[in-house]
Amino acid sequence: MKDAKVIELEEVAIRFSGDSGDGMQLTGTLFSDTSALFGNDISTFPDYPSEIRAPQGTVGGVSGFQVQFGKKKITTPGDLAHVLVAMNPAALKANAAFMNPGGTIIFDVDSFSEKNFEKAQFKTNDPFAELKLEDFEKIAVPITSMTKESLKELELDNKSVLRCKNMFALGLICWMFDRPLDYIEGFIQKKFGKKPVIAEANLKVLHDGYNYGMNMQHMTPQYIVHPAPIEKGIYRNINGNNATAWGFIAAAEKAGLELFLGSYPITPATDVLQALAERKDLGVKTFQAEDEIAGICTSIGAAFAGDLAITSTSGPGFALKSEALGLSVMAELPLVVVNVQRGGPSTGLPTKTEQSDLLQTLYGRNGESPVVVLAASTPSDCFYYAFLAAKIALERMVPVVLLTDGFLGNGSEPWRVPKMDELPSITPRKAKDPQTYKAYKRDPETFAREWAIPGMEGFQHRIGGLEKNEAGGVSHDPENHQKNSEIRAAKVEKVVEMIPELELIGDPEGDLLVVGWGGTYGHMISSVRAMQKNGKKVSLAHFNYIKPLPKNTAEIFSRFKKIVVCELNLGQFASYLRDKMPGFQYHQVNKMKGLPFSVHELVENFENLLEA
Amino acid sequence: MTKFNYTAKDFKSAVEVRWCPGCGDYAIMNAVQKTMADLDIAHKDFAVISGIGCSSRFPYYMSTYGFHTIHGRAAAIASGVKSANPDLTVWVITGDGDSLAIGGNHFIHLVRRNINLNLILFNNKIYGLTKGQYSPTSDRGVITKTSPFGTIEDSFVPGQLVLGSRGTFFARAVDSNVKHTQEVLAEAAQHQGTSVVEVLQNCVIFNDGIHDYVADPKFRSERQIFLRKGQPMIFGEQEDKGLILQNGQLKVVKIGENGVTRNDILVHDPSEDNLGLQVQLINMALPEFPVAMGVIRSVEAPVYDQEMKKQIETIQQKRKITCVDELLQSGNTWTVDGENCSEPVKFFNNKCFNN
Ligand SMILES: Cc1ncc(C[n+]2csc(CCOP(=O)(O)OP(=O)(O)O)c2C)c(N)n1
Ligand code: SF4
Ligand SMILES: [Mg+2]
Repeated sequence: MKDAKVIELEEVAIRFSGDSGDGMQLTGTLFSDTSALFGNDISTFPDYPSEIRAPQGTVGGVSGFQVQFGKKKITTPGDLAHVLVAMNPAALKANAAFMNPGGTIIFDVDSFSEKNFEKAQFKTNDPFAELKLEDFEKIAVPITSMTKESLKELELDNKSVLRCKNMFALGLICWMFDRPLDYIEGFIQKKFGKKPVIAEANLKVLHDGYNYGMNMQHMTPQYIVHPAPIEKGIYRNINGNNATAWGFIAAAEKAGLELFLGSYPITPATDVLQALAERKDLGVKTFQAEDEIAGICTSIGAAFAGDLAITSTSGPGFALKSEALGLSVMAELPLVVVNVQRGGPSTGLPTKTEQSDLLQTLYGRNGESPVVVLAASTPSDCFYYAFLAAKIALERMVPVVLLTDGFLGNGSEPWRVPKMDELPSITPRKAKDPQTYKAYKRDPETFAREWAIPGMEGFQHRIGGLEKNEAGGVSHDPENHQKNSEIRAAKVEKVVEMIPELELIGDPEGDLLVVGWGGTYGHMISSVRAMQKNGKKVSLAHFNYIKPLPKNTAEIFSRFKKIVVCELNLGQFASYLRDKMPGFQYHQVNKMKGLPFSVHELVENFENLLEA
Repeated sequence: MTKFNYTAKDFKSAVEVRWCPGCGDYAIMNAVQKTMADLDIAHKDFAVISGIGCSSRFPYYMSTYGFHTIHGRAAAIASGVKSANPDLTVWVITGDGDSLAIGGNHFIHLVRRNINLNLILFNNKIYGLTKGQYSPTSDRGVITKTSPFGTIEDSFVPGQLVLGSRGTFFARAVDSNVKHTQEVLAEAAQHQGTSVVEVLQNCVIFNDGIHDYVADPKFRSERQIFLRKGQPMIFGEQEDKGLILQNGQLKVVKIGENGVTRNDILVHDPSEDNLGLQVQLINMALPEFPVAMGVIRSVEAPVYDQEMKKQIETIQQKRKITCVDELLQSGNTWTVDGENCSEPVKFFNNKCFNN
């Protein structure tokens, strides 16, 4: 019996926004999971403040969560939201710039008070006018008072009551988008299993929010977004950090090794450590070290002792690991370092995304110190690139750095989970013959040395950070150092045989080749597709393999009139390409705002380039 | 019954030892090799891990598995080795600069975690490898290349750091006293947890004689007291001096004077969790006190690498998820099987990966 305004859409982006204490991350996550279960494809973007307890009601304390979902493949969380849920004036202010023109704003009218306008530093008592949001559909919902009303029968303290506000908003949104509540109900029951009163309160408010939408249908529009046609299989929602962690567990199982992670907490990489710490059931050893140096050093020790050894961090921690990473280059031990990049330099923008550690990763060590560098490009493919990083490290006895970023690490998407037998084998280079073993004897094809592990009879040897000869003895011989430096570089280059060729999305030749790498993939492909739809001769080459670069890179580059390299830094990949793939003119699109690209700005840049 | 019948020679590598002639490191290495031979542990299960410094060249001179790492990080790397494989017998070789300056953080955290390995701190109170700069154990006022007018800072007392980090084992020895060093190392090897052995080591080139006042064998029995479990704390040429506690403070007394008898002398018990007394023993300095040698503290406490293993085993006993396939399908999943859906494509659908 719904006679509300019904809008059918291909895709919708919703942004939940409130104080960091308002539970917006949970609200957003629950809604995303519900939508994924409903059969939509989704992409999420949590955007939270770096101070956990920034003053309440201020713009600095606003925590947001954006999800885009649709009936087709969703590659980004959406540039601009169609619907904004604002729990207070600060949330409105922080997000006004991220609204789709004409979008819907649902706000808690109870919190739109003079006091809160002041906290959010509005100059007048009309925040909408001040933010030029006159043309938006604004729905004032008394969320706070309705929540209180809803719970007046339960004897709860005021704080607990207010904590349920987000469920009212969630219920209302679920009605607007015709989502079933059962998944959320199940979640609440499980989460508050030991506190039945709190569970009851949350459930009641959730339903009252839903019913409010139904009863007020004259003012709340209702949207229909059909399920997406996707690959058959078993799906789950996964964020990039979790996918990274699981990719390593999968690699360890494939390789028949135990998994060891040495790590020190740092935003936004901590979740990798947390996700692995949870997996004692699968035998994962996690070592929360005293600092990032000990994080990598314990991992190097574990690699020496025969484990699949990983260390995870973000930019500042990666800087601390530099010297020890050099040791693993010299010792030629298998090691994977994950850098979930964030805004820098220094402490920079801890909770914001950036791609500015690329040059640090490639070059930020003393000496000639080459490592393999991979970059994941979606939250779920972090699983595969983590797996692959481990495979390369173990089969080539070389350190591998996997670059992800805050956007991938925290963002989530539905993922068809693979079966283990879909994944390639991993064969660690365990030494076999003690008679012929030498610490630095190499495979003539790959230049990889063998891995002999303490406890193996007859392979006793010494390694270390000093330059060595083939037998493993310390060597200061000039010829030997020259030769070994070249071999270590060539060993990394030879990994090119393990990696696929660069894939081109779009026509094999054209007016403009858009080049990106890592976590910008979703926005890149959306913008390139949009251009292609308009008949533009634009193709995308998105890099996951940074060092070595895929074999056919130059060949692909040569087929386009213009090349533009897009990245969330001031041009690091572009300068790397100028060095490695000379002879082309590389245009650049760079952004340093701690935010992902928007499709809109990319398209605009590409249009300009085509016209120029 | 010994299984292996090793001798010290079995632990020597073929590499020419490059320490300066007369360096205290030689004697310590001899003691280590003898100790290892006596331990009756398979040679293949030893791993010797060092940082950077003269002393840290040690692994190259051993025939065991060895890892000469980077400055200050041996404690962290060894922590990883032992956590990854608790069945290994891990020895850390480190200098006073390596473990207490650049590696101070790893050192205290290793001790705090109580990882079951043995750490030998070669304390020559100087940076040997870099040719004679003062170290965190150099005494106040000492003149070195980087303190031409004397240092203006106090030194660490390694034993204090160990106890302050809740260490479970601390012992002290003198390089030239190989027999005693060996005795102490054997106890360190037996101890479950992080065993720190400080060896007073002479650097003939840059700090020659720095420990002489304490270490000179001629005055050994007067200037050192050898602490052994269950034995009275007695020293002196005539075994006529001992330690007692008076108002909670250690005091040197003469047996037979002022009515003091052997029975009044403190009996050493390193296994007692008595930090107050053990710190006093560590702090004893000439001329008022003899310098304490031997195992000063050796108490039981949970061992990190064993706990890590146990935790995994306990959780695995009642686990619901036994492999990655089960993990991937655990929790909130849903099946997509609609008519308009396509067949799944493998992510690594590329022959390059299937080698
Ligand atoms: C990162 C780093 N900083 C500095 C050095 C230089 N360095 C090498 S050994 C050393 C001090 C060694 O002193 P100690 O640890 O006491 O060992 P010893 O040589 O006395 O045995 C220094 C400063 C280095 N190798 N690496
Ligand atoms: S410099 Fe000193 S510590 Fe180093 S080898 Fe020579 S004597 Fe030994
Ligand atoms: Mg020294």
